[in-house]
Amino acid sequence: MSVGTALDTLGRLESEAIHIFREVAGEFDRPVILFSGGKDSTLLLHLAVKAFWPAPVPFPLLHVDTGHNFQEVIDFRDRTVEKYNLRLEVASVQDYIDDGRLQERPDGTRNPLQTVPLLDAITTHKFDAVFGGGRRDEERARAKERIFSLRNAFGQWEPRRQRPELWNLYNGRHRPGEHVRVFPLSNWTELDVWHYIAREGIELPSIYYAHQREVYLRDGMWLAEGPWGGPREGEQLVSKTVRYRTVGDGSCTGAVESDAADIEAVIAEVAASRLTERGATRADDRLSEAAMEDRKREGYF
Amino acid sequence: MSDLLRLATAGSVDDGKSTLVGRLLYDTKSVLADTLDAVHRASADRGLTTPDLSLLVDGLRSEREQGITIDVAYRYFATPKRSFVLADTPGHVQYTRNTVTGASTAQLGVLLVDARKGVVEQTRRHAAVLALLGVPRLVLAVNKIDLVDYDEVTFSRIAKEFTAHATALGFPEDAVVEIPVSALAGDNVVERSDKTPWYSGPTLLEHLETVPVEPDPHDAPFRFPVQYVIRPRTAEYPDYRGYAGQVAAGTVRVGDEITVLPSGLRSTVEKIDTADGPLEEAAAGQSVTLLLAHDLDIARGDLIASGDAPKVTDEFEATVCWLAEKALTPGARVLVKHGTRTVQAIVTELRNRFDEQKLASTESPGSLGLNEIGQVSVRTAEPVPVDDYSRNRRTGAFLVIDASDGSTLAAGLVGAPLPELDGVDSCTGGGNSAQDSHALVSPGP
Repeated sequence: MSVGTALDTLGRLESEAIHIFREVAGEFDRPVILFSGGKDSTLLLHLAVKAFWPAPVPFPLLHVDTGHNFQEVIDFRDRTVEKYNLRLEVASVQDYIDDGRLQERPDGTRNPLQTVPLLDAITTHKFDAVFGGGRRDEERARAKERIFSLRNAFGQWEPRRQRPELWNLYNGRHRPGEHVRVFPLSNWTELDVWHYIAREGIELPSIYYAHQREVYLRDGMWLAEGPWGGPREGEQLVSKTVRYRTVGDGSCTGAVESDAADIEAVIAEVAASRLTERGATRADDRLSEAAMEDRKREGYF
Repeated sequence: MSDLLRLATAGSVDDGKSTLVGRLLYDTKSVLADTLDAVHRASADRGLTTPDLSLLVDGLRSEREQGITIDVAYRYFATPKRSFVLADTPGHVQYTRNTVTGASTAQLGVLLVDARKGVVEQTRRHAAVLALLGVPRLVLAVNKIDLVDYDEVTFSRIAKEFTAHATALGFPEDAVVEIPVSALAGDNVVERSDKTPWYSGPTLLEHLETVPVEPDPHDAPFRFPVQYVIRPRTAEYPDYRGYAGQVAAGTVRVGDEITVLPSGLRSTVEKIDTADGPLEEAAAGQSVTLLLAHDLDIARGDLIASGDAPKVTDEFEATVCWLAEKALTPGARVLVKHGTRTVQAIVTELRNRFDEQKLASTESPGSLGLNEIGQVSVRTAEPVPVDDYSRNRRTGAFLVIDASDGSTLAAGLVGAPLPELDGVDSCTGGGNSAQDSHALVSPGP
């Protein structure tokens, strides 16, 4: 096989992500990959495997578990960890609620509650580089994010004091207690992600594809029945053919009505969609005009 | 034709840059309904009757509050002809460093001016920064053309002045294009305007879709900074030792003779590996793993090269764009990150300074402050293999890092990447004529 021509878009994105993984492996002591079993983190792990092949991925995984997960996703997570023979750390929001360190929010969503267990896990394990699957096309505040993003000892993002990021020379220097969030998928769009998943034949949790599910309508979103409370009084369970565009906390991640049962159909659907993936299915981003920025400043991804 | 164009925008505050970017996204239908709804809502909340397209891109709370862009943001949009990565950089003087950030990877720069004001200091400064960083092509968007009654004479005057400035900075004339636009009204951004019948050139989007993109330098000498040594030590791969990295320039083939720098050790390429199987050759931009015929001592930070070898030296001349509030003074001890190697270094001499405010240069200044550009001499604790930036944007670039807090202090470019201008030695005057700005490129003593 010979490749003498210019890389196509996916080839260029893949090469850039591999370069970023290797930079971190070369410069940091204790990196970790945030892994939820969602499509972005699954793609992230796939790229990490490629970056170090034929050696194993030199990083453990960290899952911040809200306790409100889809069982299909947890099963997928565990299968993937076993397949690549990796170490998985779990930071559990439920533990924090059970022993009183965190309080359940009145609206029941646990996404914002992930920040404290995440930062505690980073401190406990002395992680100095934390890979995330964030993409700049997701949201306006994310568009401002560097590929190497320095966080202070409180995990905070300070957008006005970001380091300039020049060429492909990444500066990973940090002081004790600080860490760097690393986003190898920064330059990917949602469609790039799906095209690459198709090209590489990457397995995803089944809930990304159309299936029959009991759901109820709340604030214009189809939510699934689960331990997160619902349906409430006046909310009617109905059976629908749906799929998920993002996989997050079950209390605030909505399903979309869809017949897209395989990857080609999903790509066609995403390409034609007039809604962003977060706008369509993430209640937590609707809280205010700057919801994402505010959470990132607190240490959220 | 390349399917991707990386571009950077630049312009003064209030030239309407965010609106232009918003307009590009809006008119190419790159904005989805829910995002648009949010902008409509936020515009209405501010008492506006039409949607404020700048709200599509100003992502930070304080940006929206002040109505200015603070930090560089990256946008992605596509048309059937091409995909675009747009580095949207702020125009405010105190954030010029972000223009440097955006320009470092751009293949084209879009500069904005207000048609009522024409070419101003900031325009010349940004064009100089784009020239310095080796951005191959420029577009001048003469915005708010509606506010000068779509006047052809005004546009021609601005276009002529800008072309003169850009060519003086070294841009070939065919690499510079001026377009009359109104970002607010949508004239000549995506849709052709019927109010500028005297303009026969492309709309901004048409130009972006068709402008030639310089490919990665595949025929340049081969350069490969070693990022990481892959040693599985598994039962399946007990003796595997691969040097992982991204080809920075040129092409490598199985059987090629290579030199490892700075050690000077030589070997041949036995295998080019990837997770998808071995390759016969790899070119600039590809991330691969090289296996060599000999067991050499090679580590992260080394550079594998072939062909016309880079200079291995512990002293070199460079141009630096100073990006930190803490000023540079001669004798400063810093770290230099070049490729995958970080070395201790001393800035032994500050030879001249280009004053961003005055658009003039000063010989032997005492210091270099935020957003200033100067020529320096650098001495490194160990030899580094460097190319001139004008020959190679990857192996000619380096970061200057503060050893104490790790912050990035400067963008460094080996050599003097701007062309020399005849008859302009140095200039100490204040003014803001185009002539003054030429002092930027005056050679050092």
